[in-house]
Amino acid sequence: MSLRVHNDHNRFKEIIRGRIKQNLKEYIKKGEFISRQGNEKLTIPVPSVELPRFRFGGQSQGGVGQGQGKVGDGVGDPQPGEAAAGKAGSDAGDHSLEVDVSLEELADMLGEELELPRIEAKGKHSVKAERIRYSGVHQVGPEALRHFKHTFRNALRRQIMTGTYDPKNPCIVPIRDDFRYRSFRTIEKPESNAVIVYMMDVSGSMGEEQKEIVRIESFWIDAWLRRHYDGIESRYVIHDAMAKEVDRDTFFHTRESGGTMISSAYRLCAEIIEKDYPPQDWNIYPFHFSDGDNWSVDDTRLCIGVLRDRILPHVNQFSYGQVESPYGSGQFIKDLREHLQGHTAVALSEIKDKDAIYQSIKDFLAGGR
Amino acid sequence: MPKALPVELVELQQRVEEVAQGYGLGIFRTSYEVLDFDEINMVASYTGFPVRYPHWKWGMEYERLSKGHEYGVSKIYELVINNDPCFAYLLESNSFVDQKIVMCHVTGHNDFFKNNYAFQHTNRKMIDEMANHAARIRRYMDWYGVDKVEEFIDKVLSIENLIDCQAPFIARQRDEKEKDDEMIGDGFEVVRLPSDKEYMERYVNPEEFLDEQKRKQQKKAKEAKRFPKEPMQDVLLFLLQNAPLTRWQRDVLEMLREEAYYFAPQAMTKIMNEGWATYWHSKLMTEKVMESSELIDFADRHSGVLQMAPGQLNPYKLGVELYRDIESRWNKGQFGPEWDDCSNMAEKRLWDKQLGLGREKIFQVRKIYTDVTFLDEFFTIDFCKQHGFFAYAYDKKRQEYVIESREFAKVKKKLLSSFTNLGQPVIHVVDGNYENRAELVLKHLHEGVDLDVQFGRATLKNVHAIWTRPVHLMTSVEDRPMMLSFDGQNFQEKLLTKQI
Repeated sequence: MSLRVHNDHNRFKEIIRGRIKQNLKEYIKKGEFISRQGNEKLTIPVPSVELPRFRFGGQSQGGVGQGQGKVGDGVGDPQPGEAAAGKAGSDAGDHSLEVDVSLEELADMLGEELELPRIEAKGKHSVKAERIRYSGVHQVGPEALRHFKHTFRNALRRQIMTGTYDPKNPCIVPIRDDFRYRSFRTIEKPESNAVIVYMMDVSGSMGEEQKEIVRIESFWIDAWLRRHYDGIESRYVIHDAMAKEVDRDTFFHTRESGGTMISSAYRLCAEIIEKDYPPQDWNIYPFHFSDGDNWSVDDTRLCIGVLRDRILPHVNQFSYGQVESPYGSGQFIKDLREHLQGHTAVALSEIKDKDAIYQSIKDFLAGGR
Repeated sequence: MPKALPVELVELQQRVEEVAQGYGLGIFRTSYEVLDFDEINMVASYTGFPVRYPHWKWGMEYERLSKGHEYGVSKIYELVINNDPCFAYLLESNSFVDQKIVMCHVTGHNDFFKNNYAFQHTNRKMIDEMANHAARIRRYMDWYGVDKVEEFIDKVLSIENLIDCQAPFIARQRDEKEKDDEMIGDGFEVVRLPSDKEYMERYVNPEEFLDEQKRKQQKKAKEAKRFPKEPMQDVLLFLLQNAPLTRWQRDVLEMLREEAYYFAPQAMTKIMNEGWATYWHSKLMTEKVMESSELIDFADRHSGVLQMAPGQLNPYKLGVELYRDIESRWNKGQFGPEWDDCSNMAEKRLWDKQLGLGREKIFQVRKIYTDVTFLDEFFTIDFCKQHGFFAYAYDKKRQEYVIESREFAKVKKKLLSSFTNLGQPVIHVVDGNYENRAELVLKHLHEGVDLDVQFGRATLKNVHAIWTRPVHLMTSVEDRPMMLSFDGQNFQEKLLTKQI
């Protein structure tokens, strides 16, 4: 049943969403959400929506209480509300409201705020998944699918009609004709799949802070892409002078040292795609994060080669994020810019610090590919 | 939505009201409705009325109540509104004993609404009035847009406490016949007393007399310019009369002001009202209505109502204890000069004149007092000692509230000040044409407690939105007189040299 107050409640929730959007930048910077998934609820603090009024300052007033204790004893935190006498003074200065939102909602808000376009998936029509829905009732079927309620109802109706039903002894005996069975239909559902290949430079020059940035940014990218694809897979590649595929946990927590050969990662990425993800069926999103300090000019040339020949033709978009680090030269993004000019499927972004994550997400996803 | 009242509750209502009337309670006809928890949460968010104008703040309250219910922290047993007939809501899931207590409690409130003087000017058809307000505001929302109307409502709600609670009982502005002192004149020329002889002029109109006349003239001219003539506590009324509002805005402001005045007496009599209802549910239950098998449940509920968390003031408890104290004192004759002058404690302890005036007295008290006067008169030193009251204050060093004193004078002062003007700062309009620039000056009558600056600013901004010209607030911050101003863009704080 719908109560009148639900309109007001929805209005309130709308206002809260507005507040969340206003402060989205702040929430995005925070790393604490990234252990969350899907429609799990996040509790986030929202600045008060209370109506302001002239009232007495927080703690200066005090009040009157009742009970035991000597002068100078603490009385605990007088709670607002029931403490009528202390009411005006006992509200804490700045209220913030704890609000539950799901990650999906948050991702949607992110999309609205950054004005991210909906992603146009490719291969949408080529892949069809078959699903079974139990949606009908049949007169024949296996016993395992017998529909008890329908069967009972039919039997009852028949007995009442034929006058064999005795309310004093309500015994219902179904006969063959009464039985009903659940029946299923197969439905074909176009499905689009996507894979994200995260690559990260874990060489000595990538510090904790840089990794934190990568972690947060990839979390939000993940959240946004998940809003568009039913089945999404993530693959993680780390590299220094060598590249290897790792699981998610390792990806975020390893600290290696040593040199940097970006080409190794790109080559591995290309292999992964070729092996597991035929481009006609998959939407492919490689993301690479590094501090932009590659080993040699030769290796950079190799990278460009791999990108141009083996990756770019197959993917929706290749994204490169360069995190600023005190050790890196930051040359790589310039090289990419120079050599890959004109490629629409490339998104490059420089991420200076945590505050820049917001803009960077936009850089990556504004293309809507 | 409304379900017919089950037969057993109809019978119960008859019984309770019969018994109550036997004790001398005078009540409005009461209409009970049984609601499930979601419905009662809704009605409670609407402050007891089934229909209110659309606004998100009800939604916020609803969310708070629903969550409280969900987590089992709070539960609303009953709701009652001041209306004729009196409307009361019962929670469907209450046990039968609960419903008994609630009905007895509601009957107490009902009697209080009907008989306490603070309520005599309230609209007893408020339930219709509220629905009318809702319909009108909905219509404005249809015409002018939800956002626009809601935004204006937000602004008004932010200052809805700036009313003059005593206004219905006092004529603030008397239509005083201007004592048109002909001697003062129109201000262009000093009026002289007539004298025929020129040589008498010096004596009839001496220099001092003319100066005096001049001074009077200037004072009057100044007074005539002052706007408003007297400081006004009803800021809403001042805005209603003088702010540049459109017709729908004026109407909305007027409705919200009316609602604020309707609720004011309830805030003014919180202790008395809850105390009275508690006194009567306890009396009716224990003496007439309760079955002996229900005793344990009753005791459990009743002690729940009266429980005190450390450091908190429970209005139910304070109220009922005061009524009982009064009743016992008047029964024993512990009042009047003789009692006050007696300093022999032993004699006082055994004092009993067997007057039996207690019941009569508390009925009189519930008629003519409000919380402030009630506490002022009956919160005595004996009562304070007996019930272990203390005053607490915030200790900045320890970052917590600590017991400041158990001294009677201090406790009482704090108690009274926290109830004066409903525990809200007193704010007057002192000037509507400041510096001759149509700027509005509000003045906080500072009585030792500073305003919350953050909130003050935000509120001032809302006042500005209604007044549309710059607005100022005179107050004191840490003992320095200040003027806080908002001109539509920026806030400004200025130290005032003159103490306000």
